[in-house]
Amino acid sequence: MLGESEKTDRSRHRARGARVVLVLAVLVLVGAFFRLQVLHSSSYELRSERNRLRAITVPAPRGTMYDRNGRVIAENVPGYSVSLLPGREDTVRASLARLAPILGLDARDQQALMQKYEALPQRPLLVSDDASFQQVSSIEERRPEFRRAVVDMRPRRRYPDGHVVAHVVGYVGEISESELKNPAFAGYDAGRIVGKMGLEREYEDTLGGDPGVRYVEVNALGSIVREMGPGPAVPPVPGHDLELGLDMKLQDFADSTFPPDHRGAVVAVDPHTGEALLFYSHPEFDPNAFVGGVDVDTWESLRDDPAKPLLNRVTGAAYPPGSTFKPVISAIAMRRGVVSIGDHMDIPCRGALRYGTRVWRCWKPAGHGSLSLAGAIEQSCDVYFYQLGMKLGLDAMMDGSHRLGFGDPTGIDLPHEAAGYFPASREWFDRRYGPRGWTESVVLNLAIGQGENQQPLLRQVLFYAALATGRRPIVPHLLRSRALERRRVDWSLDLPDAERRQLVDALVSVVNDPKGTAYPWRLERWTMAGKTGTAQNPQGAPHSWFVAFAPAQDPDIVVAAVVEHGHPDNTVSLAVPYVSAIVERYLEEIHPAPADSAAAPAADTGVAGEGR
Amino acid sequence: MSEGARWREQVGDVQLLGLALLLSALGLAMIFSAGQVDVPSVATGIWRRQLLWLAIALAGFVVVSRVPLRWLEWAAPGAYVAALALLGIVLVVGTGPGGTRSWINLGPARLQPAEFAKLATILLLARTVSGNGTPAGRLIELWKPVLVVLVPMVLVLAQPDLGSAIIFGVILIAALYWAGVPLAMLFLLVSPGVSLLLGFSAVVWGVWIVVLAAFLYVHRPYLSESLAVLAANVATGALTLPLWSRLEPYQQDRLLVFLNPDADPRGSGWHLVQSKVAIGSGGLLGQGYLHGPQKRLAFLPEQHTDFIFSVVGEELGFIGVVVFLALLGWFLGRILADARDAPSEFGGTVVFCLFGVWFAHLVINVGMTVGLMPITGLPLPFLSYGGSFLVSVWAGLAMVERVAAES
Repeated sequence: MLGESEKTDRSRHRARGARVVLVLAVLVLVGAFFRLQVLHSSSYELRSERNRLRAITVPAPRGTMYDRNGRVIAENVPGYSVSLLPGREDTVRASLARLAPILGLDARDQQALMQKYEALPQRPLLVSDDASFQQVSSIEERRPEFRRAVVDMRPRRRYPDGHVVAHVVGYVGEISESELKNPAFAGYDAGRIVGKMGLEREYEDTLGGDPGVRYVEVNALGSIVREMGPGPAVPPVPGHDLELGLDMKLQDFADSTFPPDHRGAVVAVDPHTGEALLFYSHPEFDPNAFVGGVDVDTWESLRDDPAKPLLNRVTGAAYPPGSTFKPVISAIAMRRGVVSIGDHMDIPCRGALRYGTRVWRCWKPAGHGSLSLAGAIEQSCDVYFYQLGMKLGLDAMMDGSHRLGFGDPTGIDLPHEAAGYFPASREWFDRRYGPRGWTESVVLNLAIGQGENQQPLLRQVLFYAALATGRRPIVPHLLRSRALERRRVDWSLDLPDAERRQLVDALVSVVNDPKGTAYPWRLERWTMAGKTGTAQNPQGAPHSWFVAFAPAQDPDIVVAAVVEHGHPDNTVSLAVPYVSAIVERYLEEIHPAPADSAAAPAADTGVAGEGR
Repeated sequence: MSEGARWREQVGDVQLLGLALLLSALGLAMIFSAGQVDVPSVATGIWRRQLLWLAIALAGFVVVSRVPLRWLEWAAPGAYVAALALLGIVLVVGTGPGGTRSWINLGPARLQPAEFAKLATILLLARTVSGNGTPAGRLIELWKPVLVVLVPMVLVLAQPDLGSAIIFGVILIAALYWAGVPLAMLFLLVSPGVSLLLGFSAVVWGVWIVVLAAFLYVHRPYLSESLAVLAANVATGALTLPLWSRLEPYQQDRLLVFLNPDADPRGSGWHLVQSKVAIGSGGLLGQGYLHGPQKRLAFLPEQHTDFIFSVVGEELGFIGVVVFLALLGWFLGRILADARDAPSEFGGTVVFCLFGVWFAHLVINVGMTVGLMPITGLPLPFLSYGGSFLVSVWAGLAMVERVAAES
């Protein structure tokens, strides 16, 4: 047995030991809290804010687009978007299922949205950026059911003229996954509306503006508890407006007069400024259908339509230029001294030319007889140009065409411009047909704008502008801008002015001489110059071309148009009357006839009188 | 007889009772705050239930504090057997979170037999070690106290309830420490448990065995015991991995998260990360009572039970944390003094075991809110919501007061 005092001593001793442990433990705990709450408090405050605040993007209104007369081409109207806050997959799926009947989402839409969610599960999911006021009201009425849904006022894009401007303005839509990875969209967040095509895409930086940010307070389940602050924490910066060189009255006219049941395109440029006055491709689509996400059926029908309404036939397609290329051959040959305007060829036109093993036909079976170069251009004599092509030779032809930019894109301010092509070298033929698979006879075809030659409309416009003005043409552009007016192409005709004028005179007689191919469509008040074209193609009847400029001596407009299969026989050439009416319409608009005398000569327009 | 002495005879340690009442009131206030949230939560309005439980606990306190110590010593074996029976029953009919069997459902209330078993085990253990007289010289002499603790410990591990099992271990160590068992022997006694923990890494475990062998060589206990201790260490070290694979996944996660909470902040690490964010954002002065944003928005998990101290940290700041820790430390210090001044060895052992239990609860619970301890789900005395625990704390307190009154 231990003595009582010994036991008390032991108790005292043990209690003291335990007290030391207790004090040490409490001090360690206090130290841990001191570290967390005093030393590192600010970083945890930050994490606490991050925890409970969710940033919601406030979209910036896009800039408005105006035509040259101030008419609105693209604008914003009030609209609503519905997004879901990020959360767990099954929560998002359930929220979507509840929203589905209100927003009219079918199973396929929901599945597509879930795929979008899985790609970026930490970001708010944009469910609809095109919700109606009724849809938004019914969500707000049943708010407790939709605590994860964020409804935003968001400006909605509208194109008042719809299909008429479809290929120029393009359309907008939610940024795609691949676009998010594109450096051009650096700094863009998912759910943002961006330009997808046309000017909306080209000038995204200018039009887009900078989105703002507002914060909402959420709980641990991600449901919104309250809005933070009276307005957005960072207000959005609206995009800049664009003023275009486009003339919407002309655009409407081109749309309403386009030959029915045909496809094709027309583009017009003011050679003084390089501004595109008209830019029209047919058939079209309604860009408004793409705003807020195009539905699958509409998309599929547009994509699968054999008429390819989504194709931009102005800058996205190239056609064999046919006879509209003859002035190009002429200019190259004259510059080389191979021919001058009055020269006749050795063999007069008897409707065809025998060369090698085959017979090369002229479009006029009766033949044109012996013609000068001017006459051959006026009447578009193929036999003359076969011989001119052979005289010029393949190498000179290829060299000359490339010097004039054929085969290059024009550099217009639109994305995805097609370049067209013209053979650059003999190797090109070797690669295409094999070293012995072709002969020098390709020059015959090339000389009349057929064969291995496809050009977009704008390329022809540039050449004719160079021919008409004698200067290096301005790079065509849709935006009205002084800076863009100073950008000229890096080539010129390199032809003495006298010879250039001779070619222009030949183009004037195409329209104004009774023997010219466009004589029936000459203008009453104006001297129009131009060149018709008939482009053979394997798909059917030849395409009908017409490139024209007027007034011939100092043109205000250069137009090129192609009507696919618009030249079924020698009496019908749909592009010519179409372009002729457009030119007249535009000139009447900018130089209205004096009210007292409608038949007054056009002296005040600076156009030299010119016999028809 | 002075006024103070009469009070002491009536209620025992008056200061301790005052502290316990103050802590209970503050705990109720924190549980009320835990229910003030912006989202639907089980914690809303739960303070009323806790108030009811507090009333029951105080009634229990009054009854138990009237029971003389000798009666408790006499009733210890019966209470112990009853506790073991309850622990057996709960394994059959029990319910609990995640398929565990910790609670017995009694209509409106749920009982946790483990809380009752801890008190009963303390009583029987105190009776066992205080009867011995001389402190043990050999490990084998400790077989009785070890057995008394081991049986309920295995039963709660079967629920499984890791936290309560740890508490049973604490009870054993506390009782033996108080009985004067040399620290070296305590070290040898817990060494198989350490070996169990270190068994995850072959290298660390190898170092541990070398250290243990060196200790045995220097300390020179009986050879047979040295070999037995070594054998036990080897055995538990080898058992680590098989036992680990038998743990519930949530328990495995909790232990892993202790090692690296940021590894999976949305999943298992969520509790700890959110707790630290709440406490850290409280800063020096706190966000204000009832106004903690993390708590209000339900980012804090189990904010009315396991993580109530995170609410203290967020809303009352470092100042509030220090005040609470000081009050709890003072409370535990008073109990230590009562153990020291206990009239009998039995009484002293009971009080010291209770000190050990609540001290462990404090360190483990508060430590886990800041990541110093793994998440084991041990409640914080007076603050965490929970009826059985509150009643058992006040019942234990009644025994402390009884010991103080009799001294």
